[in-house]
Amino acid sequence: MSAPVIELTGITKSFGPVDVLKGVNLVVHPGKVTALVGDNGAGKSTLIKGLAGVQPYDHGTVLFEGQEVQLTTPRQASALGIEVVYQDLALCENLDIVQNMFLGREEISQLTLDESNMEFAAVKALESLSVKTVKSVRQKVSSLSGGQRQTVAIARTVLRDAKVVILDEPTAALGVAQTEQVLNLVRRLADKGIAVVIISHNLIDVFKVADDIAVLYLGNMVAQLKTSETNHNDVIGYITGIKGSKETK
Amino acid sequence: MSEKLALNTGHEGSTRDQLASYFSRLKSGDMGPLPAVGAAILLMVLFSLLSNVFLTPINLTNLLVQSATLIMLTSALVFVILLAEIDLSAGVTFGTGMAIFVKLNQSSPNTWILNLLLAFVFGVAVGWFMGFFVAKIGVPSFVISLALYLAFPGVMLIILGEGGILTLQVPEVMAIMNGTMPLWAGWLLLAICLGVTAAMSLWDRSRRLKANLPVRPLTLLAMKLGGIAVIGAVIVQICNIDRRQGGLLNTSSPGYHPIQGMPIVVPFVVVILFICTFMLDRTRYGRHLYAVGGNPEAARRAGIKVAKIRMTAFIICSTLAMIAGVFNVSRIGNVESGAGKSIVLEGVAAAVVGGVSLFGGRGRLAYAALGAFVISTIDNGLGLLGVPAGLNFIITGSVLLVAATIDALARKRAGGSLVR
Repeated sequence: MSAPVIELTGITKSFGPVDVLKGVNLVVHPGKVTALVGDNGAGKSTLIKGLAGVQPYDHGTVLFEGQEVQLTTPRQASALGIEVVYQDLALCENLDIVQNMFLGREEISQLTLDESNMEFAAVKALESLSVKTVKSVRQKVSSLSGGQRQTVAIARTVLRDAKVVILDEPTAALGVAQTEQVLNLVRRLADKGIAVVIISHNLIDVFKVADDIAVLYLGNMVAQLKTSETNHNDVIGYITGIKGSKETK
Repeated sequence: MSEKLALNTGHEGSTRDQLASYFSRLKSGDMGPLPAVGAAILLMVLFSLLSNVFLTPINLTNLLVQSATLIMLTSALVFVILLAEIDLSAGVTFGTGMAIFVKLNQSSPNTWILNLLLAFVFGVAVGWFMGFFVAKIGVPSFVISLALYLAFPGVMLIILGEGGILTLQVPEVMAIMNGTMPLWAGWLLLAICLGVTAAMSLWDRSRRLKANLPVRPLTLLAMKLGGIAVIGAVIVQICNIDRRQGGLLNTSSPGYHPIQGMPIVVPFVVVILFICTFMLDRTRYGRHLYAVGGNPEAARRAGIKVAKIRMTAFIICSTLAMIAGVFNVSRIGNVESGAGKSIVLEGVAAAVVGGVSLFGGRGRLAYAALGAFVISTIDNGLGLLGVPAGLNFIITGSVLLVAATIDALARKRAGGSLVR
């Protein structure tokens, strides 16, 4: 197996007296989809925010491609190639797909916005993910469906040459067909060699798309499993604490 | 076009396809400037039927000049409205700036250029002040601009003194709204407009071709240029007719000299509109302005400095408003202590008639300018008909309501979100 792109060891994070992460280890491989599961309050969001540089960890080491790195600002994370797609997607509905994909990183040539090159790059990025459902890349985001918006948000990370893409509940608000589309997209993202971390409450989705499943329980990483070597009941056992806690006792 | 792209870009297909997709967009409720265009045409037909003065060259030219102030003020407001903010004080800001200008002219008339510059510095300062309160402190723009709206008439009164009115005595500034250009200059202006439009379109086209993107057929460009040429030629021709003809003086009487040619203010308006549109459509700043107006949180996460965009929008607004002030004082010839108080709401109305959303992020400057023309046409036409001032206000209000309703219904039909 290829070398891990991210290796977290002994990560802790507290908010006042509350220990949210109590020494978490996590390994993420390029080209693999790692699902991060756990019940509400298990520390999923805190773990992700640390990777995104939004809320730095208190202690623990972060290895990125084997090098120890500091993740204290979103800019640092972004510079390394770690991109997060939050649940609310952060798209401007009044702008079109191309404009959203290049938001904040518009290309300039001849003193003006280089619409042509941006448009071309956007089409190529969407093409590389085999996206066919949008009518035109100059469509306003307000006219897109939930799944299509998710697609735009994910394709934006491809444009930014992300090495790690973290998806926060990408299928939470979607119907059956659109969920299918987004999961396929996640798969293709990984097939491009990108390490994908996906947070989900939906175990059916997780088993469909993930290579590895990491389970958090009350701030501890109770298991990191290969999807092929585990099953629903096991994972539910870990999530609810029945399994993990028995073994630790 | 070396290869077929996997996704459409909106530039594919023949002229016929392009027109078809335009009409399907219209049907789905994306009407662009059409409500404003429709209103303008309807009003012009209506007024020309009701009044035999409306269509005379002198009145049409007058309308053009009249609308210049409102077009400028509306353009100023568009920058803040696109951010879902408002500047109620834009009018009194220019009033106060012009009060400073005429007051300074009293003591040192020779440095009028410097005095005017100081008025603009005042405009920038007011914009900075408001932007600071909005972007850094978090006071709603409605409140801070309302505060200035209440305060500035007082400042004007203090500057202007007890009489509360001062006249402008700078012929160069008076000429902006009252002077005319030679007949050929109108045609030259039209030629430049056509040339610039064609050059920009061809420039875009060549960039698209270089990037292997599909391009729209040239027929469309030709149609667009043809449209501008026809409308422009009509305007230039109307301006070039002797407006004094048919008046009290006989053309053969000794003191007679014709009044004809395009008003000097027109090229000013055209150039400023061009610069602002260029800024909004083709620069990073403009893109970020729309982004912040559409979704400030998304803009912030994309690394856009939201507070900076807000500050600059207010500064641009106050500065452009000052230009409206120059037009205003040039036309009226004096500054009184309430200058600019009532016009600001007409500016907001004009922006809405032009399809600029008060929720931010939606709307185009050129359409807002068209909205300003519609409001000016109402003022002009009703004035000719001798309608009582009360009715004038009521009708202007009704037109605003109708325009906003059409816009809201169209958006609803388009499935777009009314709430941001």
